[in-house]
Amino acid sequence: MSVKVGVRRPYIRPMQGWWRRDPFFIRYMLREATAFAVLAYSIVLAVGVARLAQGEAAWNAWLAALKTPGSILLHLVLLVSFAVHARSWFEIMPKTMPMMFVGGHRVEGSAITRTGWTATVVVTLAMFALTWWWKK
Amino acid sequence: MKRSNAPIFWLLFGGGGMLAALFGTVLVFITGLAAPLAWPFGPDLLSYPRVLAFAQNWIGKGFLFVIIMLFAWHAAHRIKVTLHDVGIHPGPVSKLVCYGGAMAITVVAAASLLSIGF
Repeated sequence: MSVKVGVRRPYIRPMQGWWRRDPFFIRYMLREATAFAVLAYSIVLAVGVARLAQGEAAWNAWLAALKTPGSILLHLVLLVSFAVHARSWFEIMPKTMPMMFVGGHRVEGSAITRTGWTATVVVTLAMFALTWWWKK
Repeated sequence: MKRSNAPIFWLLFGGGGMLAALFGTVLVFITGLAAPLAWPFGPDLLSYPRVLAFAQNWIGKGFLFVIIMLFAWHAAHRIKVTLHDVGIHPGPVSKLVCYGGAMAITVVAAASLLSIGF
């Protein structure tokens, strides 16, 4: 920050580390940080399809990389981050979407949040069922 | 008045965020943990012929592309906006790095999936 130094030296509140001052801001930053997990997983998958296009040997090398302890650890972190994202995404949704009315009454925010979480659970179970079916 | 291009980035951010919330957790589990640990779907879940067939099917190909692309654009937009909160203000550089990165991931995914064929 460039500040003109004159006779008057006004106090400028430092903003360094502002988000560590309040648990609310820490939760905010944690939720924003899930974007790095989404980015990391997008890169993992993009590398995967690139290796798949290069042939069987390249694909098997990618599979072998997934088996390393570092990759398992990374994916455990990603798993938790995506769960945090899913939770917070639907918590915020009532505030970001236009007001919804059913039968003349405004739909409660908590109802929207619960619907979102339910959808995530349904999709998760459906994906498990599809993968199980695909395995055969 | 020049029309803003912001709604395009919001749409990509919103779509990616929604897909990440609905599909992200289970996909990470399946590809990143279940497949390498061979549990509970067995060791051949992501074997080359199976995944190749999946990526050659237009549904599988479309699913992979949409997931990779929208996750990348969601992350790029959110990181760009959050950088502002830690003192890196929006400008051509942050825009180029964030959206450029998402574009690079999109191009890699599209080119790879197209070269795999149908």
